[in-house]
Amino acid sequence: MSETTTLDVTGWTCPAPLRDRPRVVMGHGGGGALSAELVQHLFAPAFGGEVLAQMGDAAAVTLGGARLAFSTDSYVVRPLFFPGGDIGDLAVNGTVNDLAMAGARAAYLSCGFILEEGVEMSVVARVARSMGAAARAAGVEIATGDTKVVETGHGDGIYVNTAGIGLIPDGVDLRAQRVVPGDVVIVSGEIGLHGVAIMSVREGLEFGVDIESDCAALGGLVEAMLAVTSDLHVLRDPTRGGVAAALNEIAAASGTGVVLQEGKVPIPDPVANACAILGLDPLYVANEGKLVAFVPREHADAVLDAMRAHPLGRRAAVIGEAVESHPGLVVARTGLGGTRVVDLPLGEQLPRIC
Amino acid sequence: MKYIEEFQDPELARRLLDDIHATVTRPWALMEVCGGQTHTIIRHGIDQLLPDQVELIHGPGCPVCVTPLEVIDKALEIASRPDVIFCSFGDMLRVPGTGRDLFQVRSEGGDVRVVYSPLDALKIARQNPGKEVVFFGIGFETTAPPNAMTVHQARKLGIRNFSLLVSHVRVPPAIEAIMQSPSCRVQGFLAAGHVCSVMGMGEYPGLAARHRVPIVVTGFEPLDILEGVRHAVRQLERGEHTVDNAYARAVRPEGNPAAIAMLEDVFEVTDRAWRGIGVIPDSGWRLSERYREHDAEHRFSVTDITTREPAECRSGEVLQGLIKPNQCEAFGTTCTPRNPLGATMVSSEGACAAYYLYRRLDLTPVRATDPIARTAPLEASPVV
Amino acid sequence: MCLAVPGRVVEIAEENGTRMATVDFGGVVKEVCLEYLPDLQVGEYAIVHVGFALQRLDEESAKQTLELFAQLGMLQEEFGDPWEQAAEAGGAPWPFEDDESDTVADPAVVGPVDGGHVSREARQ
Repeated sequence: MSETTTLDVTGWTCPAPLRDRPRVVMGHGGGGALSAELVQHLFAPAFGGEVLAQMGDAAAVTLGGARLAFSTDSYVVRPLFFPGGDIGDLAVNGTVNDLAMAGARAAYLSCGFILEEGVEMSVVARVARSMGAAARAAGVEIATGDTKVVETGHGDGIYVNTAGIGLIPDGVDLRAQRVVPGDVVIVSGEIGLHGVAIMSVREGLEFGVDIESDCAALGGLVEAMLAVTSDLHVLRDPTRGGVAAALNEIAAASGTGVVLQEGKVPIPDPVANACAILGLDPLYVANEGKLVAFVPREHADAVLDAMRAHPLGRRAAVIGEAVESHPGLVVARTGLGGTRVVDLPLGEQLPRIC
Repeated sequence: MKYIEEFQDPELARRLLDDIHATVTRPWALMEVCGGQTHTIIRHGIDQLLPDQVELIHGPGCPVCVTPLEVIDKALEIASRPDVIFCSFGDMLRVPGTGRDLFQVRSEGGDVRVVYSPLDALKIARQNPGKEVVFFGIGFETTAPPNAMTVHQARKLGIRNFSLLVSHVRVPPAIEAIMQSPSCRVQGFLAAGHVCSVMGMGEYPGLAARHRVPIVVTGFEPLDILEGVRHAVRQLERGEHTVDNAYARAVRPEGNPAAIAMLEDVFEVTDRAWRGIGVIPDSGWRLSERYREHDAEHRFSVTDITTREPAECRSGEVLQGLIKPNQCEAFGTTCTPRNPLGATMVSSEGACAAYYLYRRLDLTPVRATDPIARTAPLEASPVV
Repeated sequence: MCLAVPGRVVEIAEENGTRMATVDFGGVVKEVCLEYLPDLQVGEYAIVHVGFALQRLDEESAKQTLELFAQLGMLQEEFGDPWEQAAEAGGAPWPFEDDESDTVADPAVVGPVDGGHVSREARQ
């Protein structure tokens, strides 16, 4: 070691800023800030239209006097088959859930397949059977579809797109804009299961863990909640970006702050420990069978009871509330009594070493 | 004993905090060296629970953040080659080099893969004999032994298509450099426990004596951090400056001899630039001559890439606790977590990134005892 | 620097001449290289970083540390409750009344928290 080291503080420098990205990067599909910007700054101005501006999981539209929820989602999960599910039931449940977050029971789905030349027919069959079973379980009919094939190397075996429509019951109006300070935040169960299950079988990260994806259709749970009161304020399924992204989106859209009681968020030990090893925060890990609800305080107890009486809501818990202060921001109160900001993730969460 | 939950217990944390509150009588500035410790502090809000008099200065111990721009530019160049599979720890992908990052390289067709362990990269090399597999070997003394073992194995097993792009850094020279700065405000150090698990504590008594600072080897759970602070404050209040081990369950004075021997075989000490800070003599490791064949810099002839870091940000001063992040002109304007300039904004727990978040909340831990904060109070500001 | 996590060795095996272990991190299992701790035994805990066991964890020392923490409070009784002072002075301004959030619903419904788990049983 040199004994003569002197730091010249004035000479300490750092690099020029990285400007906006000229190409699409993975983070644009990560459900975080990059995704939001892509939609807001590129797609929305190009498309125009008032319905798109709702920016919910599903659009609420009125057609021939009926209020419909309408949504679409594409599935590019890798690997295709993972503990607790596969791309097929994911594609059905994902769109069913997007409709459920608008309060609608899914009625009809479309499906579009993009198949890679050379993929085994048995794999396609397995995915199709899985979609059929998931649709029957969710009480939705796959009514139309399309298949395209791309050359070897231009796809990951199978990509699936699904779109869906369903009726929104009278009196139901689920939008982030309805959230007011005092609303109680409820999560329907243990978080992080889907994301950790997928990571456990992803190349380069493989680990053994005895958990499965929570992939499930939430239409029934939402119906049970709406049976208590139609006056729920907003529902969101915390998929990409996890609970943190869902709460941030709601905070930003509603102009309220959100306070999270960190110790009350149900996190299974294997999820917590997998996250500890990889340096991830469970709040940012994806879910596929959970929802976050903002409920008027006076209905919170009854809604919570109804959720716990449903098989998909047995571990439902109150995790926080909407507040007047720090609008647009999510703040967590830690187990030791400190606070931290739970920011919107930028893109996909990456394993850290530090 | 699981060694985790036990060291997060709120009741014991309260006892440690009580003790610290009862001990402290005047302001002290401590630096936690390691980014992992900064993470724990922010994650649990520990800084808000300490007495006002105890100021924690977040040190330069995030290896991802201090990796110099020049090395990242070399990585980008290598990763862009069509014959290369470039493997890296995940958090390295979003650190910008000149004009782009590894994500961008991937979007341009580069084969960039995230791995958990350098051994995973070696496995990829064996599975892809027709490709050059490069692992981005960054990190402190904790990460250096795994990387050293991997390159050692590659040589032993004759895996010729595996190489390492090395930018390892060493902690004690950084502490030395911080303490030698005339304007340094740091009065005590929480040393990085896992670095000491490997290297032992032998390098610290000299540092503590030379600069008259307490150095407390500190772990990473909340109780560990509090115990580190407690030891440091106790020493400072008593006018002592010795080396304490507050992480005895994982740190032996001699460290891990097998790992140290491997480091000495595979690496040699070199000067190393730290992003936003500058060159610190003897603060890095590079592959030794024996392992030249597995040195990516030579294999891909990128040794001539030199990048000057333009003078815009003042993260060096921030790291030393000389200025608050918001006193830098670039803060929140040309430098944000999205477009970070220096190390302290690259890491989500870096002093600047943390400040950026808290500024939005107006919860910035401004301390009455802090002369800087008094002269330049934070205004409440709208959401950025 | 260095996300390193304690794990327990459940199995040890040679792999290509390298000593490898299956290590359990509370329900998460990974393969870990033991070359730097060649005498680590099944059942022991070690600090693991990026797939390598770097140092053995000493249970006796851990217990002593925790006992020391537990005893700290006994000496502090006479100082009043500095925790409360700290919470007021050092804590961040909290946007709502303390513990209000614990009563957003029926506190019994929310239940106590145990290691991040919400305990349903606590309702009864």
